[in-house]
Amino acid sequence: MPEPLLRVRGVRKLFPIKAAGWRTHAQRVVHAVDDVNFDLGAGEALALVGESGCGKSTLALTLLGLEPLTAGSIRFEGQELAGAPPEVWRLARRHIQMIFQDPYESLNPLMTVGEIVAEPLQVHKLATATEERRRRIMAALDDAGLKPAQHFMRRFPHELSGGQRQRVAIAAALVLEPRLLVADEPVSMLDVSIRAEILNLLADLKVRRQIAVLFITHDLGTVSAIADRIAVMYLGRIVEIGAVNDVLTTPQHPYTQALLSVVPAPNPRLRRQHIILQGETPDPVNLPAGCRFHPRCPVAIARCHQVDPVLQAVGAGHAVACIRTTELRTNTL
Amino acid sequence: MMEQATGGYRGVWRRLRRNPMGMIGLAMLVTAIGVALLAPWLSPYDPNAIIRVTILDIYQSPSPAHWLGTDDAGRDVLTNFLYGARVSLTVGFFASFIAVSIGGLLGLSAGFLGGRTEGVLMRFTDIMLVIPDLPLAVVIVALTKPSLTNIILVIGLLGWTGTARLVRAQTMSVKQRKFVLRARAVGAGNRYIMHRHIFPLVLPLMVVNTVLVISLAILNESTLSFLGLGDPATLSWGQMLNYAFTRGAMSAGAWWALIPPGFGIVWVVLACTLLGQGLEQALNPRLLTHHLAADRTLTSHRRLQPAPTSEGATPGNR
Repeated sequence: MPEPLLRVRGVRKLFPIKAAGWRTHAQRVVHAVDDVNFDLGAGEALALVGESGCGKSTLALTLLGLEPLTAGSIRFEGQELAGAPPEVWRLARRHIQMIFQDPYESLNPLMTVGEIVAEPLQVHKLATATEERRRRIMAALDDAGLKPAQHFMRRFPHELSGGQRQRVAIAAALVLEPRLLVADEPVSMLDVSIRAEILNLLADLKVRRQIAVLFITHDLGTVSAIADRIAVMYLGRIVEIGAVNDVLTTPQHPYTQALLSVVPAPNPRLRRQHIILQGETPDPVNLPAGCRFHPRCPVAIARCHQVDPVLQAVGAGHAVACIRTTELRTNTL
Repeated sequence: MMEQATGGYRGVWRRLRRNPMGMIGLAMLVTAIGVALLAPWLSPYDPNAIIRVTILDIYQSPSPAHWLGTDDAGRDVLTNFLYGARVSLTVGFFASFIAVSIGGLLGLSAGFLGGRTEGVLMRFTDIMLVIPDLPLAVVIVALTKPSLTNIILVIGLLGWTGTARLVRAQTMSVKQRKFVLRARAVGAGNRYIMHRHIFPLVLPLMVVNTVLVISLAILNESTLSFLGLGDPATLSWGQMLNYAFTRGAMSAGAWWALIPPGFGIVWVVLACTLLGQGLEQALNPRLLTHHLAADRTLTSHRRLQPAPTSEGATPGNR
C-alpha cells in the first residue's frame, strides 16, 4: 500500500494543569487528544466531527506543529514531523496550510489584503520578483473567489464582509499551492447564507487543485458538502471513521447515532426518533474507566465500564470503537 | 483593545480631532515647541550677552524695557523664560525617548518571549519600580557632573518602568490574537512576527506613552534644577525658580521672577497630559463612554465612521 499524504498514528496531546496545592506532586493532565490514528490521501477530504472540547482543534494545531505533541507520529509525504527539527517543519509548512475559524480575528487589521496574501510567499522567500509575486497573489485571490482581484489588493480587512475575509484567508492559504489544507471550523462564524459558498469553494478547490482537506466541524450538516470520509471524535479519540455515506446512513457507534439523530432533516416526516444523550461530557482530566462514552451511552452494559474499546473494522474502510457493535447489529437484523 | 487598530491611523486622527481636551493639549504643545524654536526671534535680549549690572537693575519690576522684569542678576525674565522652554523640551523629548526605548524593548521582549525571560525582566522592572525615582536621581546627579546630558540620562534611565509594564501587557494581548497564530502556521519566525504583527500594533501605545512620559521628564528636570542639581550653564525653568527662590525673590516681592517659569512648567506638563489622554482615548474608543452606556457608544461610532466610499468627507470637514 503506498504511503498516504498524511499518516497520523497514536497522536496524543496532554496539557498539564497546575496542581491545587503547592506540595501536591501528582501532576494532573487534560487528555485533549488521546491516541488518534488516521490516514489522509492526496486530494481526499476528511471531516473531523465532534462536539466542542473534544480535541479536534487541538489535533489541528498539533498537525501544524503549533502545539508540540506528547506522543505519536505524524508523517507527511513520508517525512516524520513529530519532534522534527525546525528546518523540516519549515519545508512541510509550505505544503500544509490552515484556515481558522474566526475571519475577524485571523487577519491583521493593519495589513492590506495584498500584504496578507503575500505573507506566506514573503516568509518562505518564494516568488521574490515583484511581477511574479503580484501574479501569484492575483491568481490566489481569483481562485478564492475574490474577483476582480486588483479591486481587493489594497483593501483592509475591516472594509470586507465576513465571507470575503474568510476568502482572503483561503487565498493566503492557496498562494503557496499547498497539498493539505486544514480548515478549522471555517464556516461556523459565518452567516448561514454564506456558508454554502465557502463550502462549495473548498470542495471545488479540492477537486480542481487536488488539495487534501482536513475539515474540522461540529456541524454534521455541513460535512457531506465537502468530505469523502468522516471521523467522529469523542473526548480526544476517534470513535468512528468511514466513508461519508456509510457513516451517515449506517452509523454504528451509539455516539454517532445520537449526533445524527438530532441533525435537522429537510423532510421532517422522515425524521427518526431523537436520541438525547443524558448527562454532561466527562471531565477530560478524570476520564471514566473503560469506554469513555459509557456514562452517557444509551446501550452501555457492565463490561463497558472495564473495557476500553479500540477501532475495529465493520466494513470496507469503516471502523468503530465499541464492543457491542457486532452484537447490536445482529440483534437488529 | 480590539477596536483600537481597526480604523488604522487615519481613524485615530479623526477621533482625536473630536476630542476637545486632546486638541487643546496638542495646540498647547505646538505653541510651546514654537516658542522654543523661535526663541531667538521672540526674545527682546540676547541671553548670553554680558551685561553691566548695578544694584538698581536687580529685580526690576515689569516695565516697557523688561516686560516681565529682571531677575536676581539683572537679566531679562522674558528672555530667560523663552529660552528656558528649549531646555525643558529638550530634556523632555530626549529623556522620554530613552525611557520609552528601554521600556518598549523590555516590555516587548518580556511579553513576546514569556517564560523565564519574562520573569527575570519583569522582576527587574518591579525592583526599579519600587525604588523612589527622585531621591535616586538626586544621588546620581549629585555624584556625577551636573550637566544637561547627565540629567537627560538619569531621567531616561529611571523613567522606563511604567512603559515596560504597559508595553508588556499590550504585547501579550496582541500575541494572543489569531493572526499571530496564522503567521506561525504559515511558518513565520519570531523576528518576522515581532516586526510585522506585534510591533505595529504596540507602536501607537508607545507613542501615547511617550507623550505622557515627556511631562514626567520635564517635571523631574524642574525638580532637580530647583534642588540646585541642574546644569549651571543652562537656564531651565527649574533653574530660574531655584535662583529666584534662593536669592531672595520672595522677600523682594519679585513675583515676576517666580510666576513665568512656574507657568511654563504647568503649561507644558498640562499640554502633554491632555494630548496623551486624548490620544489614549482616540486609540481605544471604549475609554470614552461608560461600559453600561452601550447605545451611546454605538451612535457615536456611527457618527465617527462615514460611508467607506467617501473617505475624505469626514464629519469634521463639513
